[in-house]
Amino acid sequence: MKTVTTFLAIIVAIGLVVLPLYFPWTQVILTLALAKGLAVLGIIVLLQAGQVSFGHALFFAVSAYAAAYLGQAFAGGELLTMIVVGVAASLVAGLLVGLFVVRYRYIFFGMLNLAFSMILFSVLEKFYHLTGGSDGMQVARPLVLGMEFEREGFETLLFYGTFVIAAVAGLAVHRFLVSPVGNMMKTIKTNETRLEYLGVSPRSVLLTGYVLSAGLCGIGGVLMAVAQGIVTPEYAWWIRSGELVFIAILGGAGSVWGAFVGSIVYEFVRTFASAFAGDVWQMVLGVFLLIIILFAPSGLVGLWNRVTGRGESSTSGQSVPAKPQPAASKEPSA
Amino acid sequence: MTAFFEAKGLEIRFGGVVAADDVNIRIEEGRNLAIIGPNGAGKTTFLNICTGYLKPSAGEVIFDGQTITRKSPLEITRLGVARAFQIPQLFAEHTALENMLIAGAARSQRWAPFTRMYDIPERGEMMHLLELVNCGHVANRLVDELPEGQRKLIDIALALALKPRLLFMDEPTSGVASSEKFAVLDIIAKALDEAKVTSVFVEHDMGIVERFADEIAVWNRGVVMHRGTPDEILNHPDVIRDVIGGEVTDA
Repeated sequence: MKTVTTFLAIIVAIGLVVLPLYFPWTQVILTLALAKGLAVLGIIVLLQAGQVSFGHALFFAVSAYAAAYLGQAFAGGELLTMIVVGVAASLVAGLLVGLFVVRYRYIFFGMLNLAFSMILFSVLEKFYHLTGGSDGMQVARPLVLGMEFEREGFETLLFYGTFVIAAVAGLAVHRFLVSPVGNMMKTIKTNETRLEYLGVSPRSVLLTGYVLSAGLCGIGGVLMAVAQGIVTPEYAWWIRSGELVFIAILGGAGSVWGAFVGSIVYEFVRTFASAFAGDVWQMVLGVFLLIIILFAPSGLVGLWNRVTGRGESSTSGQSVPAKPQPAASKEPSA
Repeated sequence: MTAFFEAKGLEIRFGGVVAADDVNIRIEEGRNLAIIGPNGAGKTTFLNICTGYLKPSAGEVIFDGQTITRKSPLEITRLGVARAFQIPQLFAEHTALENMLIAGAARSQRWAPFTRMYDIPERGEMMHLLELVNCGHVANRLVDELPEGQRKLIDIALALALKPRLLFMDEPTSGVASSEKFAVLDIIAKALDEAKVTSVFVEHDMGIVERFADEIAVWNRGVVMHRGTPDEILNHPDVIRDVIGGEVTDA
């Protein structure tokens, strides 16, 4: 089954790379989808620990504005510098906010994150002379490795660049989730007390995951800012945070796949729904999510696993000892 | 001579209930001490104080020359004091082996964000421990699907994975079918012996206590009433009256 998944991953990757060549209109949608997918990846990291943040747009906005300032300060600026500075800014913000919020769990964790993001939203909106208020800031098209590009060329480059970054980040996060610290993250959901009695600080573990998730939101934020050419306080708005959680649940919170499958499906549904169903597109999305939650609680990825027979043992509530468990099929016994 | 482990004048109360009222006890290295006593005598509270979960209102706990009274469970664990629980505290979404690997990684503080947990060098040792407690054959099963007896053993194996110098066990045989109790304790005793761990265990089954303890401390109403060898304690008239009751008349 693992080979089937790898094969499928390659097919999807090739599909994504080729699609914009034949359907140029999909390029911008896919760029935005992958940028958001990177941020959703951050949400998925936190969901491993059972924690939902309703304020991760904060880090999305921090890096986007960092990129915008950099662009203004250096008249255009350089894309790579923007990414590095944007991500660094979101990592620092993640550490500062994280040191505080990792002391809390569940609803308190979610709401504190929301509070921090709304503080930033207000600052961005009210400090007009610094941030441009609700009009936001323009992000001029930056240089790429010192070269200047026309709009079309830049958009193509940005798409493929985003694709590569998303692929690398996806693999890195997958690696993180199966690592010792990634597994410790999961124990914060199942038995934090025992983790402490094993001599590991759950707060430090959660902080590690939190800073990682902030960094991932940061990458997404810079790419989104550059792709849209403008940053506004909306980047930090709670609806943006909600959107990230929405996509994570839509795609399936259990795996790296969920982030990108979810964000691509979301972006296309949103595009078509707003084009053909004007005023009710949010309703279309709402119904879509309702169906997912009711009939495929582990998201689109979970649905795929069920259809292809890579069933989960936990949902059935019954165990069949003769059948190897998912973990057993992944790993031969020693 | 400084004691290996010593509690001095511990006091704690919950509302009107006195769970510890001037508890004094020394534990020598290399001995297995059993704690017995009626329900509500303060046995689990004593374990909670010793492992940092509860802070006493008065008194002191010393381990290996260090005062650990105000330290957190985390700090005390890192000093080499491990704990196994009355109700197994496992990581429900992980397999038995994965539970052990988390403990192995925890002991070395090996977070290794880009190494697969299955590839950590502690893996062989963790598998060995799992086999030692007779759970090798269920290594790849989710712990939530396992019977209570095995969960209990894995809970103790998690504590042993830390290579502790002192291990507290809260009723290691509760939840285990009575026909299997001796077999389970045999396994635990063998594992403890192999790892050279000093142990303190709370137990209600006098047969188990008699067979596995080097010494017994009798708890009642928040104090240590008696202390001695199994032979002395289990034949003591007060103990037979207060703790053992009419159930074991042939002790």
